[in-house]
Amino acid sequence: MREIFKRAYDWIDERAKLGDLVDYMGKKYVPINRHSVWYYFGGVSLFLFIIQVVTGIMLLLYYKGSEELAFESIHFIMSKVEFGWLIRSIHSWAANLFILAAMIHMFSVFFTKSYRKPREMTWLTGMFMFFLALGFGFSGYLLPWNELAFFATKVGTDIAGALPFIGEPLLVFLRGGEDVTGATLSRFFGFHVAVLPGIFTVLLGIHLLLVQRQGMSEPIGEEGAEKGESKRMPFFPNFILRDLLLWLLVLNLLAILAVVFPWELGQKADLFASAPAGIKPEWYFLYMFQTLKYIPARVLIVDGEVLGVLVFALAGVLWTMVPFLDRKSQRGEKNKLIDYIGIFAVVYIVVFTILGWLF
Amino acid sequence: MSEPPRDSVHQSKRSFLTFLLGGSLLAWFGSVLFPVFSFLKPPKQAEVEVRSVKVGNLKDLPRDSGTIIRFGNKPVILIRTADDQLKAFDGTCTHLDCTVQYRGDMGVIWCACHNGKYDLTGRNIAGPPPRPLDPYRVVVQDDEVFVAKET
Repeated sequence: MREIFKRAYDWIDERAKLGDLVDYMGKKYVPINRHSVWYYFGGVSLFLFIIQVVTGIMLLLYYKGSEELAFESIHFIMSKVEFGWLIRSIHSWAANLFILAAMIHMFSVFFTKSYRKPREMTWLTGMFMFFLALGFGFSGYLLPWNELAFFATKVGTDIAGALPFIGEPLLVFLRGGEDVTGATLSRFFGFHVAVLPGIFTVLLGIHLLLVQRQGMSEPIGEEGAEKGESKRMPFFPNFILRDLLLWLLVLNLLAILAVVFPWELGQKADLFASAPAGIKPEWYFLYMFQTLKYIPARVLIVDGEVLGVLVFALAGVLWTMVPFLDRKSQRGEKNKLIDYIGIFAVVYIVVFTILGWLF
Repeated sequence: MSEPPRDSVHQSKRSFLTFLLGGSLLAWFGSVLFPVFSFLKPPKQAEVEVRSVKVGNLKDLPRDSGTIIRFGNKPVILIRTADDQLKAFDGTCTHLDCTVQYRGDMGVIWCACHNGKYDLTGRNIAGPPPRPLDPYRVVVQDDEVFVAKET
């Protein structure tokens, strides 16, 4: 057996020069410091993304993306297909855990200012992937074609439509018409399984390549692991093995959640029914949803919803551009302002999510 | 009479070629992108213009209740109030497009999505809705209820 592996390895090595790669991996180190625990959340996000790809492809074998058949096909998956309930439940739970892990990953990078030079591109690709992840969540949410999803999509696309100038054409593009109909479902299906995964995979490739090339960032003022001046561990196999152990734990957690709290299907969407009481979007949109509830109909001369959308859009742009705005961290100085902004963002999201959940 | 120097001939030839190539490139992009963007824009579906719909018999509408009816491809809310008046409004909330419902316990038209409220004349009275609901006309003929566009 060993002999076969050795010969296969040699055969590839002779052609693709694997030796260089192995050498490179062997020289890569992960710093050990008080923030090391955060290094794992990127890996967890990656693992959950892989789960999504695998379970997503499995669901594709039975799912039918049309107004008449979408709800029924998921019902079929959950009631007739062997372990269909499990795969669908895992896909839904992993989606939520993925967003959560990506959020923790993002905030940890933000607070340690790891986005500073030379990792601006890593931050940018990460942020774009985060926005795509929200797009995955939003488009995937509609696919079961149940009433919660139907109204969530109406509200979400209407919010996009509130943007000045591009709002109207954007709304028609997203909905495939003026209203949310079967045409919207077809489009969202296409976005969810083709457009978004395609773009995401490219960004992920760049992101991972940059991480491999540049290594892990270290907190400001504690650099030195690269030269072996501070504590570090080899990336391979020490860090990888820890990563894999954590992945195993996450998979267990995922299985427990998916089995103990199976994801519900709800009622089929009815285009001519009132929005049900207690309608809420997924938790990661809840703080924005809740904010829109509190903004009055008109603020001075602007529509309340337009104002809300513009403020969130502006906040998102500034957040994404932080490597270029935070000059102090670039110079290796402490920047308290960034900490306060980050704390404000976390507190705001937590408070408004809880408010949205309670009311 | 002296001929223009060779350099400037070259120059004008070159800029002409640049113009020609650049122009062709732009035209090429245009001819590729135009069909692509046109494809992305959903075609206008021919809509039958609905002026009025027959809802059903008056006795099927209990007092102090509301129902959503299909008016063409738009939802319209039809309400029979506690004091036996029939009212109809556009069923789409003016805030973010959800479909409203009648709440007898509050005596208002209510939107579940963001807690918007309208009184029974369609006026937005609480929550985020920016505009009132458009009213529709309700006509009763021999106990048959019809809903029609306001003219």
